[in-house]
Amino acid sequence: MTQTPTAAATDRYVDQFNALREEREKEPLWLRDLRREAFDYFQRMGWPIDEKRDEAWKYTDVKPIARASFRLPDAPGAALTDEDIVRLLPFDEGMSRVVFIDGHYAPEVSRIRQPDHASVRRLKEAIQQDESFVHGHLARYSAPHHDASVALNTTFFRDGVFIYTDRPLSAPVHVVYVTSEHADPVVTYPRTLVVAGTNAEVTLIESYVSLGTRNHFTDPVTEIALGEGSHVTHYRLLLENTDSYSIGHVRPCLGPDSTYKSVVYEAGSGLMRLDLEVLIEGPGAFADLRGLYLTRGKQHLDNLVSIDHAKPHGKSRLYYKGILDDESRAVFGGTVYVQPGADKTDAYQEDKNLLLSDRAEADSKPSLEIYADDVKCGHGATAGAVADEAIFYLRSRGIDEQTASRLLIKGFASEILDEVGIEALRVFLEERTTQSLPRFQAGLAA
Amino acid sequence: MAAPKVISRTSTQEELASDYKWGFVTDIEADIPPKGLNEDVVRLISAKKGEPEWMTEWRLKAYRYWISEDYREPRWSKVSFPPIDYQDIHYYSAPVKKEKGPESLDEVDPELVAAFNKLGIPLAEQKALTGVAVDAVFDSVSVATTYQKQLEDLGIIFGPISEAIQKHPELVKKYLGSVVPYSDNFYATLNSAVFSDGTFAYVPPGVRCPVELMTYFRMNSEGTGQFERTLIIADKGSYVSYLEGCTAPMRKTHQLHAAVVELIALDDAEIKYSTLQNWYPGDKDGKGGVYNFVTKRGKAAGKNSKISWTQVETGSAITWKYPSCILQGDNSVGEFYSVALCNNHQQADTGTKMIHMGKNTRSTIIAKGISAGQGQNTYRGLVKIMPTAQGARNFTRCDSLLIGSKCGAHTVPYIEVRNPTAHMEHEATTSKVSDDQLFYLMQRGIKEEDAQYMIINGFCKGVFQELPFEFAMEASQLLKVSLEGTVG
Repeated sequence: MTQTPTAAATDRYVDQFNALREEREKEPLWLRDLRREAFDYFQRMGWPIDEKRDEAWKYTDVKPIARASFRLPDAPGAALTDEDIVRLLPFDEGMSRVVFIDGHYAPEVSRIRQPDHASVRRLKEAIQQDESFVHGHLARYSAPHHDASVALNTTFFRDGVFIYTDRPLSAPVHVVYVTSEHADPVVTYPRTLVVAGTNAEVTLIESYVSLGTRNHFTDPVTEIALGEGSHVTHYRLLLENTDSYSIGHVRPCLGPDSTYKSVVYEAGSGLMRLDLEVLIEGPGAFADLRGLYLTRGKQHLDNLVSIDHAKPHGKSRLYYKGILDDESRAVFGGTVYVQPGADKTDAYQEDKNLLLSDRAEADSKPSLEIYADDVKCGHGATAGAVADEAIFYLRSRGIDEQTASRLLIKGFASEILDEVGIEALRVFLEERTTQSLPRFQAGLAA
Repeated sequence: MAAPKVISRTSTQEELASDYKWGFVTDIEADIPPKGLNEDVVRLISAKKGEPEWMTEWRLKAYRYWISEDYREPRWSKVSFPPIDYQDIHYYSAPVKKEKGPESLDEVDPELVAAFNKLGIPLAEQKALTGVAVDAVFDSVSVATTYQKQLEDLGIIFGPISEAIQKHPELVKKYLGSVVPYSDNFYATLNSAVFSDGTFAYVPPGVRCPVELMTYFRMNSEGTGQFERTLIIADKGSYVSYLEGCTAPMRKTHQLHAAVVELIALDDAEIKYSTLQNWYPGDKDGKGGVYNFVTKRGKAAGKNSKISWTQVETGSAITWKYPSCILQGDNSVGEFYSVALCNNHQQADTGTKMIHMGKNTRSTIIAKGISAGQGQNTYRGLVKIMPTAQGARNFTRCDSLLIGSKCGAHTVPYIEVRNPTAHMEHEATTSKVSDDQLFYLMQRGIKEEDAQYMIINGFCKGVFQELPFEFAMEASQLLKVSLEGTVG
């Protein structure tokens, strides 16, 4: 019997699922049931390709991922030292740091500052020690049937980070998901769960990096529950190599009067899709979402951000910006839903793209779906090159053309990066932005 | 000069209070083949119109494409309705002529004339009263065309498309399907196979059409879908403004309306196309009403050409319509001005597509959506900048107004940019009638209801002012009638 490549790839997942039976036996029953349910969903639905590709995947084709086979690494493919981490991500001094290499916990480079009244630990450990609590939250926010990638993550995740607190957390938590160089493509399923209790304050930084230049696949899920009056600040850095694939899901659920601030920074990955699916679950909650994506070469980055205003008096602000070079393509899909009864909602979203090359493509779809009448909602989108008038303005003041472009691009990016409250992180991202754009460097040299 | 009077719908309060004042059925014997669609019906339609072989073949090609497997209605739009039984529709109906056919206006079936008079088209007095030539489509066959002489003198061809197929096959052959190919979408393909009649207009080079061309569509026979086909060609350096106004009688069952409109503007030509759509929207519980699934597209093919769409959509149970512009010529311009209103159980998924291909092409989109009752109003629009569209510009503004807490307003813009020199601006807002504005007007002694209308009218002003004057008056009146009982 001949098999389509897709069927063969699905079989590969079945093999992997069966191979992990023994490991699963050690897990609590509810988790085994959850994984089974998620895998059933994946087998039934598969990837959103061909006839299953719907409106949400209009601009992104995940066939390269659906047709490939990825190996689940049994052990970390490399060892890292503290210096390596500092060289890669030089901003986490004084923070808690949890590192995973190829999905495996790396204690030698991790340091968890365990505060009182709080729990910052590996998810695997939390499942063993705090079973009923984790059971109450895991997969409650990111439903396994959200899509294929969440289903796969739920089926296969091995470890990750668990944070629970009901007080302000003194130090930010930096979670590093590393993929090392392998001869064949590997896959990791990082899972992060944050539960911020009443009036808690948490700062979370997630960094996704690869050590090599070969293709691999990362399928992360991050769930964040915000209790009444809590504050969560979330930085998500995608710095993987430009041959890798990443399909992720971030799911913050905002309780009454809580505040969720996120900055998404994307400079890596060859084919990426990130669903940031915010739920305003309690009245008076505020979501402030910012994103900066830098694409070059043949990168294809797709950000789908949805904000579901289920309760009244909610406020959301979304500012995403992109700088596109070469033949790259950036997709932005934003949806603001205002459910019936969610009156006094105040929502605004904006996507701006700067195109540096005449072969780059920016696709933007900022949509509004509104079912309540007492609301204030708006959106905006722009796309274009660096304005000639602005360059002329600077040149007429004696600044050369390249420096002028560099200044303008930097100014464009700074509207997002200025929101980064951690000084060392902001400096790192500014430098990284400069490096990501070769034209930028030419400007620096001049 | 007498003020041009197009459709006198200056209504009394009693008339405004009635549910749907244009819902009446004219009793005219209709010449109707059995329900359903097959190759024979397509051949019959073609034969009835005495069409040449190539036209019959074109229809059959579309029909065969339409029945091909996996060819379905588009499903991405935000509207819901029970499946349509395409075999339960009459595909052709023409008013039976009692004599040989009218030779002058006086000989037109008196019942038809009465029907038009009820609609407010004073056919008999047109020459004196109006500056408009009317090609009245009663169901599917054009019964009377006026102003033909004056237009002929200028070389303008304006009349039923069935006539143009006979008299100007070279023009029809060249342009029919050139903007909306027969394989474009499910409804357009169906239209290509079975279109009954419609309007054809050709304006020769350098001619500025002195009157606003106008067609008045009206669906009549119960259970008859109407499939008009409109083709307008503006040759080099010409200008034409075209108006389309619609009402339909009240019906119990849904009626399908799948029209296709194609516009072609050559070098330096301009076409202005205005629509006032007021078909039966169904009753307060969402029963009945017209399904308006229409494909409208203009090609600004020549340099410096311009295509402008203006629409006021207050009727129909479901509207699925995206008047679009393909901006092919360098420096060509596309415009879209729209007011869409959804009351009771109406659903609308409407917007535009601006495809920028030529250099320095410009497009403007102004869309105003009003939702009331349990209406669901969606703006869906695409702005696509191709790599060749150096220096292209787009400005989009879509605003939604919500009246009541059970309705929905949605905005789904698609912006695809493949040229860095393009400048795109998109803005959208959604809000209700502001309490501050209401208070301001009311404290000056204006009744709440009147104040609401004033604000809603002001909300739509940017679009209404694009309409020809008398149309604008009517549009504002229509808005008021359609919103009756929802404000105040």
